Amino acid sequence: MAKIEVSMAGNLWKLLKQEGDEVQAGEEVAILESMKMEIPVEAESGGAIKAVLKAEGEFVDEGEALFELE
Amino acid sequence: MFTKILIVNRGEIACRVIQSCRALGIKTVAIYSEADRDALHTSLADEAYDVGPPRVFESYLNVDKIFAVAKEANVDAIHPGYGFLSENADFVNRCLKENIVFIGPSPETMTIMGDKVSARKHMKAAGVPVMPGTDDPVASAEAAVSFAEEIGYPVMLKAAAGGGGIGMEKAADAEALEKAFHSNQRRATSYFGSGSLYLEKALEAPRHIEVQVIGDQIGNVIHLGERDCSIQRRHQKVIEEAPALGLSEDLLQRLRQAAIQAAESLNYENAGTLEFLVEDDAFYFLEMNTRLQVEHPVTEEVTGVDIVKEQIRVAAGKKLSVDQAQVKRHGHAIETRVYAEDPKTFFPSPGTIEVFHVPEGEQIRLDTGVRAGTEVTPHYDPLLAKVIVSGKDREDAVRNMQKTLNESEIQGLKTNLPFLREVLEHPDFVSSNVTINFVKDHF
Repeated sequence: MAKIEVSMAGNLWKLLKQEGDEVQAGEEVAILESMKMEIPVEAESGGAIKAVLKAEGEFVDEGEALFELE
Repeated sequence: MFTKILIVNRGEIACRVIQSCRALGIKTVAIYSEADRDALHTSLADEAYDVGPPRVFESYLNVDKIFAVAKEANVDAIHPGYGFLSENADFVNRCLKENIVFIGPSPETMTIMGDKVSARKHMKAAGVPVMPGTDDPVASAEAAVSFAEEIGYPVMLKAAAGGGGIGMEKAADAEALEKAFHSNQRRATSYFGSGSLYLEKALEAPRHIEVQVIGDQIGNVIHLGERDCSIQRRHQKVIEEAPALGLSEDLLQRLRQAAIQAAESLNYENAGTLEFLVEDDAFYFLEMNTRLQVEHPVTEEVTGVDIVKEQIRVAAGKKLSVDQAQVKRHGHAIETRVYAEDPKTFFPSPGTIEVFHVPEGEQIRLDTGVRAGTEVTPHYDPLLAKVIVSGKDREDAVRNMQKTLNESEIQGLKTNLPFLREVLEHPDFVSSNVTINFVKDHF
């Protein structure tokens, strides 16, 4: 099952997609805040979002998944 | 004079403040989050207190916890450094209530200068030139567009409560402005709790020039000259120097005069900086930072005035140790900010520092918050250290800085050292031909 993971640790500032949304490969799906900078998180592959795994304001570690795709 | 000072900050600036306290024979108290248990500032202070989890709202901005520490450690004053609580008027009022001296200006000054719209109004009234722009926040994207058509594009959209380049965007036409308005309103609301935005005319290729001021409680206000901070990436400074070269004597006099006028109009106490944009022979007020600046060391190196010591002295009610006529400037100083970030994309790069080496020398000053073994976490600003190098003139200082950076080595995480080295070799930097577009144009 495909997941959208973050490549850098940080605070999950904004989720730009929700359950049921279709995403394209390369599309911005969330914004992380790390070292006082906004870092966009992009989907590596496209698909429909089956589950949102993290909430805004949560701290996420490198490699953790934000979304599960169908 | 104070006997014990609490420093409510971390990293290089906490270490820097500890140094001046020590020179004055004042004991220091540090606070640290769980992520900073082994940080340099934690170990340098005479006492250190755990104030909570890594996230800033739970630790470095946790005001109740901070005052509990202040009481327990029995401090008589608090130094805020920069960032965090340094420009928070509520925090200063709380200090007053708790009978602890805040080392900085009054909460009233902070409130006026903290809101960029009210700061503009104040400066205009004080006779300081401001950029053509809206006197009040713009209510909607449509209102922004119609105002922009009056003053002409490009315009700069800014968050009234903003800072650090966040919520700030240049727009070249109506379409870009509308888009910028919506995204920056969201961002400003999220970051600063206020989505209030205003517009200013944008200059094509200005320089960022700022003037350091300091005032005491007796009513003396002096300036310590100007700094050129035009080398910026993402609206944040990377390289600063003092003095600023290539400005006419007449322009320099007007800049300094405006800075003094501004500070006097506020009955300004403690250290502050008036930031200006300079283009051709004109200058415009940008903002006033009512605190110590990151780049204060270049001014210290050319004037010999220890700004942190002066801050502490004046907060204790003492007179400034120098008057305007005694401030002399010698030579040239350059500061490079070493960030934990990718040198090409400028994206942050947390990690553990394995090797940290900056050569020592008479002309070299290192203000660092890290050492080998320090874990650099994603929770805070990526500034690791500042390398400050002096010379008898700019050419000499540039040469010394090139050598110092070439001999420096940091391993274990990505830093902007390769970027800094490239800037130092760039012909436009070497010939002092830079504007705030330098990084965007050349990198």
